[in-house]
Amino acid sequence: MPQAENPKPLRLDRVSIRLHDRELVGIDAAIAPGDVLTVMGESGSGKSTLLAFVAGFLEPVFTASGRVLLGEDEITSLPPHERRTGLLFQDAMLFPHMSVGENLLFALPRGDARSARVAAANSVLADAGLGGFFDRDPATLSGGQKARVALARTLLSKPRALLLDEPFSKLDASRRQTIRRHVFDTAKAVGLPVLLVTHDRADAEAAGGPVFDLDDQ
Amino acid sequence: MLRAAPAIAIVVLTGPILFGLLATLLPAFGWFPALGGTSLSLEPWNMLLAQPGILRSALLSYATGLLTAFIALALVAGFLAGWLHSRAFGAFTHLLSPLLAVPHAAAAFGLAFLLVPSGWLMRLVSPELTGFTRPPDWLIIHDPLGLTMMAGLIAKELPFLFLVSLAALPQTRAQEFTRVASGLGYGRMAAFLHGVWPQLYPQIRLAVFAVIAYSSSVIDVALILGPTNPAPLAARLVTWMNDPDLTMRFQASAGAVMQSLVTGAALLTWVAGEKLVTAGARNIRNSGRRFAEDGLPRGGFAFAVALAAIAVFAGLGLLGLWSFSGYWGFPDALPRALSLQIWEGQLTGLGRPLGITFVVGLAATLAAIILALACLEREARTHRSGGSRALLLLYLPLIVPQASFVFGLQLFFLFAGIGTSFWALALVHLVFVLPYVFLSMSDAWRAWDKRYAQSGQSLGRGLNAIFWHVRLPMLLRPVLAAGALGFAVSVSQYLPTLLIGAGRWPTITTEAVALASGGDRRLIGVYASLQMALPFAGFAAALAVPALVFMRRAGMRASI
Amino acid sequence: MIRILNTALLAALVLLTGIGGAAAFDVSDWKSVEEKARGQTVYFNAWGGAQNINDYIQWAADTVAGRYGVNVVHVKLDDTANAVARVVAEKAAGQSESGSVDLIWINGENFVSMKRQGLLLSPGWADELPSWTYVDHENKPTITTDFTEPVEGLEAPWGMAKMVFFHDTARDLEMPDSFAELVEWTKANPGRFAYPAPPDFIGSSFLKQALIESVDDPAILLKPVDSADFTKVTVTLFERLDAMHENLWRSGRTFPKNKEALRQLLADNEIDIAFAFSPAEATNAIANGELPDTVRSFVFSEGTLGNTHFLAVPYNASSKEGALVLANFLMSPEAQLRKQDPEIWGDPTVLAMDKLSDEDRESFGALDLGVATLGPAELGPTLNEPHASWMTELEKEWLRRYGVAN
Repeated sequence: MPQAENPKPLRLDRVSIRLHDRELVGIDAAIAPGDVLTVMGESGSGKSTLLAFVAGFLEPVFTASGRVLLGEDEITSLPPHERRTGLLFQDAMLFPHMSVGENLLFALPRGDARSARVAAANSVLADAGLGGFFDRDPATLSGGQKARVALARTLLSKPRALLLDEPFSKLDASRRQTIRRHVFDTAKAVGLPVLLVTHDRADAEAAGGPVFDLDDQ
Repeated sequence: MLRAAPAIAIVVLTGPILFGLLATLLPAFGWFPALGGTSLSLEPWNMLLAQPGILRSALLSYATGLLTAFIALALVAGFLAGWLHSRAFGAFTHLLSPLLAVPHAAAAFGLAFLLVPSGWLMRLVSPELTGFTRPPDWLIIHDPLGLTMMAGLIAKELPFLFLVSLAALPQTRAQEFTRVASGLGYGRMAAFLHGVWPQLYPQIRLAVFAVIAYSSSVIDVALILGPTNPAPLAARLVTWMNDPDLTMRFQASAGAVMQSLVTGAALLTWVAGEKLVTAGARNIRNSGRRFAEDGLPRGGFAFAVALAAIAVFAGLGLLGLWSFSGYWGFPDALPRALSLQIWEGQLTGLGRPLGITFVVGLAATLAAIILALACLEREARTHRSGGSRALLLLYLPLIVPQASFVFGLQLFFLFAGIGTSFWALALVHLVFVLPYVFLSMSDAWRAWDKRYAQSGQSLGRGLNAIFWHVRLPMLLRPVLAAGALGFAVSVSQYLPTLLIGAGRWPTITTEAVALASGGDRRLIGVYASLQMALPFAGFAAALAVPALVFMRRAGMRASI
Repeated sequence: MIRILNTALLAALVLLTGIGGAAAFDVSDWKSVEEKARGQTVYFNAWGGAQNINDYIQWAADTVAGRYGVNVVHVKLDDTANAVARVVAEKAAGQSESGSVDLIWINGENFVSMKRQGLLLSPGWADELPSWTYVDHENKPTITTDFTEPVEGLEAPWGMAKMVFFHDTARDLEMPDSFAELVEWTKANPGRFAYPAPPDFIGSSFLKQALIESVDDPAILLKPVDSADFTKVTVTLFERLDAMHENLWRSGRTFPKNKEALRQLLADNEIDIAFAFSPAEATNAIANGELPDTVRSFVFSEGTLGNTHFLAVPYNASSKEGALVLANFLMSPEAQLRKQDPEIWGDPTVLAMDKLSDEDRESFGALDLGVATLGPAELGPTLNEPHASWMTELEKEWLRRYGVAN
């Protein structure tokens, strides 16, 4: 597994994703650590497919060419669980059969003692303003709280990039701002390159980075 | 290791059947050295065709297969058409689901007691309304056309087709299509039958084939309710197989081959019939008739379905009552005295068969679950499903009549030296349990939100960790439900247990039939109750365990 | 592949252990038989349709286990032919050593079939068992000849059977005293008589009874059927059956499956006469609440069918010595006394009273046979079983005439 403790940029090197003969996505870009590249397009335009390609879940029906690199390391042919690309969906995808704390523990490496891992999880919860939530049932959390736990969980797995699949669209308007801010600020602080996929222009503006519009292809 | 799973499943589903059919085919054409048959000949077929009423028996089996399937299917279609999305629908689902766990023989016994001239229905109205002090000499059960037998079969196959349809409904977007059709002015039933049924039927087609196959070759229900002069084909050939005159085995094997042909013919007729019905339905659709007034048919279908379920429950309840009664003669509607004598007498002998039933069921069910999970997981990982061919293989043990291959299978096991071992028995049970377990589990498994797996993998956890820690726990409920169903199937196996177990491994079902040959309704009541208690315990566990494990997880609550 | 290995292994065993596979053992050295039997498990295949019989077998199993160290498992059959079929299958597979059936409760057609197919333990052993000294083989000819086939010690007698009829006296009906009278009775009481269809054992037996009563010279039935003109001999029989069938239960369009179904019909008041092969049948049924206590048995004064039922050991039984020990015990005065007790089973003994000790004889005499059971003196004359070939023809003809309802 590639090491890289230092923040590295995420590079999409002449990535092209095709469905049958039609090219859905063609992109060549680099994202610096802490920066956000926003990919925009209507439903079905292929933006989620791009994310799937980077994360390692491209469906067999698509063909893809090009490379994905994290710094110098090419991750294009690695299995998804070795890429260390954190993935956040529209839904928080907290495992419903685990408590909030167990969800977090799931992301931590197995080697350490349980007490150390529990402590790490609790500290992250406290940082996110969710102190004492370790034993809570995820179904009892509000939308905003779930989103924060999901982000915390992803960060605990020490990703080297962040892939966001319209993660804010299910939140109500008042929450959306806060959570958006929280995610981008955290990514900048940790030094993660972020690939954001959305159809909402307000997300792109809040991200403040370059915008790649699939409809312009 | 996962790679081997689909291959193993295929071998389990097809191997015993193929070997059994082959080992039946040879004696059918005269080859059976142990009985002096050392050359191929058509003599067994001559003997078979010389049996009195043999063609009538074959015709009876053929007609029963087709009519049972047709009526049960029509009732399901009509009922769904009239009542889907109604408030009463949930109640009906709860009424019909438990019937799936009731063994066919128990249901048939119960119905028999309801319907015979000295039975409960007559006792209710005699002598007050009918003036009968002795039962009338009416031919109700064992009628020559097999109508009572068909009624018993329909009552049991109806819940099966109903639940299979329910499982397939979500993919048809029934609610939207019926609303569109209603908006165009069609009555409620017509909306469903035109808009949803054509999508639904192909999904349940294999289940219908299974019903045809079963009804055309059923043995225990035929013995309890069916005609005797002549009996349906499968019932007769079992008698020949057991005849003290050992040369009858050749004729019986030819009969087993004939049974395969009869079932095959019924299936082909059905397929041809599908085309006719499709054409006819198209005509009706194009005629534009709205059938807006459908209150009467709606009520009729609901009545018929409720009647079937209530009849089975009433019959079973009465059998339970019999197990507690002393002498109970006509025309008493209730027994004059209750006693525990029968239960007490049976208790000592119950330990061993109960234990064996339980252990064999558990072994076969566990093996089936493991195999099914392995196949499904492999399918998820390779993005390749077997498709319709895999489905056909799964249904194979349900479509080939047991009477056609189990006798040959017994011989095959003897030759292979497996003989009467416990593992041979568990293997044979596995053949019949696996399809049910797989089919019951697969929809929920495939419908699971894959983003959970993707999230987990992005967190750095591998495929195996995802399987054990995420997917399997989240799908615990469907897996356990599938297991409970598989266990119920194992409990009710008669012919395979009898032959492969060679009497060394008595189960509740084999004991039930052995004691039921004594005709004592009270014994039948005891064993019918036990035959049902085990599967119900399984279903109760399948409900209770997830409820307990996920007590504090609101997100894991069952949707039903 | 496995089969070739199996056969090779078997061949090796045969060569190593001597001709015939199983070392022939000496029944007359009873001590050695008992020694070898200790620790064996005997799978006793016996019909399991009556709880009182099952209980008796369990008692015998427990006693034999305690006394001789032989573990007996009662394999409950719903049809003896199942066990026979199993032995056939094993013979086909070449399993001549470790069969799954050690002892079978058997008689009649099943015995004849097994004997002819070479499926029984040979040579004869039953007349060498210690308990044989008590058996009444001189006065009970059906002990040495089973369905006119010589027994030759290939099966051990277990109990006596006699056809008895029974009815509910509370219904206050006249009962017939012969087959001819029965035919008249059905005319007067249409729909109130039934019999199980052959090849059911009791149904066939009923036809045998009818046949014996419907021929001029019953001796002709003791010879094989080829030596007589079947049609001519049976003309009266089928005339009577034709007449009776119009007035049968359900007009003869369906028949009860077996004697238990017949008994249930009597209990349900659908028919007025039932019959069975065990004199204690009615008493047992009353005792466990199946029939009301007003039921009584009767026979025809000119005689009814009677025979013996037996225990046989398949040629390939794995626990031969254990099976012999069990068979010997079941033939012993102790076991036979308990069997004849109607509180337990009520099945008549095969033993001769004058061969028993004074004590045993008294015990037998003191048995209260039960309210609905006819004592030995009241059972009437025993008619002899016809030659087996008559039954084959009779069943075929019956099926041809009545097998398909109209």
